[in-house]
Amino acid sequence: MPTKVEGWKDEVYGNEIREHLMEFAEEGWESIPEDEHDAWFERFKWWGLYHQRSGQESYFMMRIGTPNGVIKPGQLEVIGEVARDYAAGPAANPEFGAAVCDWTTRQSIQLHWIKLEDIPEIFEKLESVGLSTQQACGDSWRNIVGCPVAGKDKHEHVDAWPVAEELHETFKGNDDYSNLPRKWKVAITGCDEGCGQGDINDLAFEPAEKNGEVGFNVRVGGGLSRKEARLARDIDVWVPADQAADVAHGMSALFREYGDREDRFNARIKFLMDEWGPEKMRQVLQDEFVDFELETAGEDMRDQYTYNSGGQTGHNDHVGINEQPDGNYYVGLNVLVGRMGAEDTLELAELADKYGSGEVRLTQRQNVIIMDVPEDELEDLKSEPLLDDYSPTPSPFMRGSIACTGTEYCSLSIVETKNRQVRYARWLKENVELPADHEDFHIHLSGCTASCAQPQIADVSLRGMKTRKDGEPVEALDIGLGGGLGEDPRFADWVEMRVPADEVPGAIKNLVNSFKELREDGETFRDFVEARDEETLAELVEPEETDYDDPYMHNTKMTWYPYADEDDMQSSPAPTNGQGEPLEADD
Amino acid sequence: MTTDVHQLDDGAWISVNDSREVNVSDLWRLAQTDFCRCEMADFLAEGFVKVGVDYPNIEARIAGQCIACGESGVTDWLTVGRVVDPDSGEFYGVVHESVHFPGKHAADGDSE
Repeated sequence: MPTKVEGWKDEVYGNEIREHLMEFAEEGWESIPEDEHDAWFERFKWWGLYHQRSGQESYFMMRIGTPNGVIKPGQLEVIGEVARDYAAGPAANPEFGAAVCDWTTRQSIQLHWIKLEDIPEIFEKLESVGLSTQQACGDSWRNIVGCPVAGKDKHEHVDAWPVAEELHETFKGNDDYSNLPRKWKVAITGCDEGCGQGDINDLAFEPAEKNGEVGFNVRVGGGLSRKEARLARDIDVWVPADQAADVAHGMSALFREYGDREDRFNARIKFLMDEWGPEKMRQVLQDEFVDFELETAGEDMRDQYTYNSGGQTGHNDHVGINEQPDGNYYVGLNVLVGRMGAEDTLELAELADKYGSGEVRLTQRQNVIIMDVPEDELEDLKSEPLLDDYSPTPSPFMRGSIACTGTEYCSLSIVETKNRQVRYARWLKENVELPADHEDFHIHLSGCTASCAQPQIADVSLRGMKTRKDGEPVEALDIGLGGGLGEDPRFADWVEMRVPADEVPGAIKNLVNSFKELREDGETFRDFVEARDEETLAELVEPEETDYDDPYMHNTKMTWYPYADEDDMQSSPAPTNGQGEPLEADD
Repeated sequence: MTTDVHQLDDGAWISVNDSREVNVSDLWRLAQTDFCRCEMADFLAEGFVKVGVDYPNIEARIAGQCIACGESGVTDWLTVGRVVDPDSGEFYGVVHESVHFPGKHAADGDSE
């Protein structure tokens, strides 16, 4: 029997949701019938709006999809203005202030504390510069990801940006694919470093050569969620760039028809891949969903992949200054845990205009890149005060940190994440020294098994948990090691479980010290982990209290907002009206 | 009025009559369970897998982990609260820190 969510989708879904959304926004929060809340909040996701967690009723997270992370000239200023004017909540975050932009691991933008009543104005502003929240969440084509410097990279086999843009234009708002069984995540890679992260997407196009032409091999069924991590599997198909959209039509139609609509936990295509295998997947695609003969796979170029390979080569996270093929430079700036205050975002937009073309790109490591900077402007850009906080040459612990949203706003998370990871990175920077040959050292903190921070592909993987300390429940983390991508991607081994959150920095310090002591000459951290069994690794991860102080050890999920002075649920102002004033309870 | 129960947002919470009532991330004490070898499981709720109504009980099967021994899995049916008067639809949650006894209850009504 189809799920309730499927029933709601059958009634109203896709583009038509917008009309209802606008009506509700016009009439205010209370106009949504109480017995229809769940159905409408599920539908609003399709337009990029996610109702925030318990204690924050009437406020929404808004996600703006920027395909391939490309923010065109003029767009970032509007994003900053929207954040400044509409995303300040009833309480401020002590690290970041009241209104922030989050750059996500899928090269999108998230704003919080958005009020329903403001949505028409926000949509108007975003759409005036070609931005949209359409399909940023919900059961459809999500934001397409890829190498963030596609088309402006000296390390490219093929420029994947036109392909990403074509897919974006073809599948956004396309009624044929607006109601899929579950989310549908697509990655396009054209570079030789493999930074599209195709291996962890539902559908991946990766550079490959056939008959002297560089096109794409197709992989299907990757994903990290729910302790069911899968790498996308090769379905033995090669397409030229101009046929990528045809195969994408076919694969997403296959998913639409055969994906599981009776169990949302089993709906992602990775589970269909488990059931069918790549041979059947290819056969069904050929027989039922494309009208031309599929070519067999071409010769891939995965042996050149350096991105997140652990090898400490290549430009990897795109932080730093690199030359573009046109002689200009791109300047990648580290944004710790991907969060930037609205005022800083506006300043970044100004700098991008002043020194570059105005184009900014988002990476899958939650960082930003200023594009098209002439060589003779680089020194002046580097001396701008904003770059003191968002550095092109940060500590490995700053540049390597990724964190998901966490209990600050998310219903599913078990622990606080963003502020904790900020404190971890600062402490590690001051107290731990990596070997000089390790500039890339990735620590990903995900609040739960949904894995939005992609912990399984980090050197040190942290996942939200609970434990007891002195008999009291405290926030804790599972620790995994040795994950990464590259030619032979590998998920982290979970070696030490339920470590109290305040003992994690000490555990990482002890691990790094052991690595330095025991490694063979030139051995990378990833090779070091691969060469040891879980038991040995667990001994090297020795949790320890240090002078690191963690103010979020209590159950942050029990608060209405973890950083409010009065943080208990009863102190929540939510739900509020369009002016942010608390609404009277019914009784 | 029938009691409308479902899990949403990847099992993050249970909705009872369109009101968010039970969330993940709490610790539940589970007794007489074959979930793990502990006499009393100290169970972290990570996701609601199935929900149902066995009047007046609202029940759920929960994915999670015993933080005492580390065993992961899905519980049997567990009462998470009650709707005593279906007409008012008012939900009374159980105290998760109390001792609970998961069982093979025949949940009826909506279940997913």
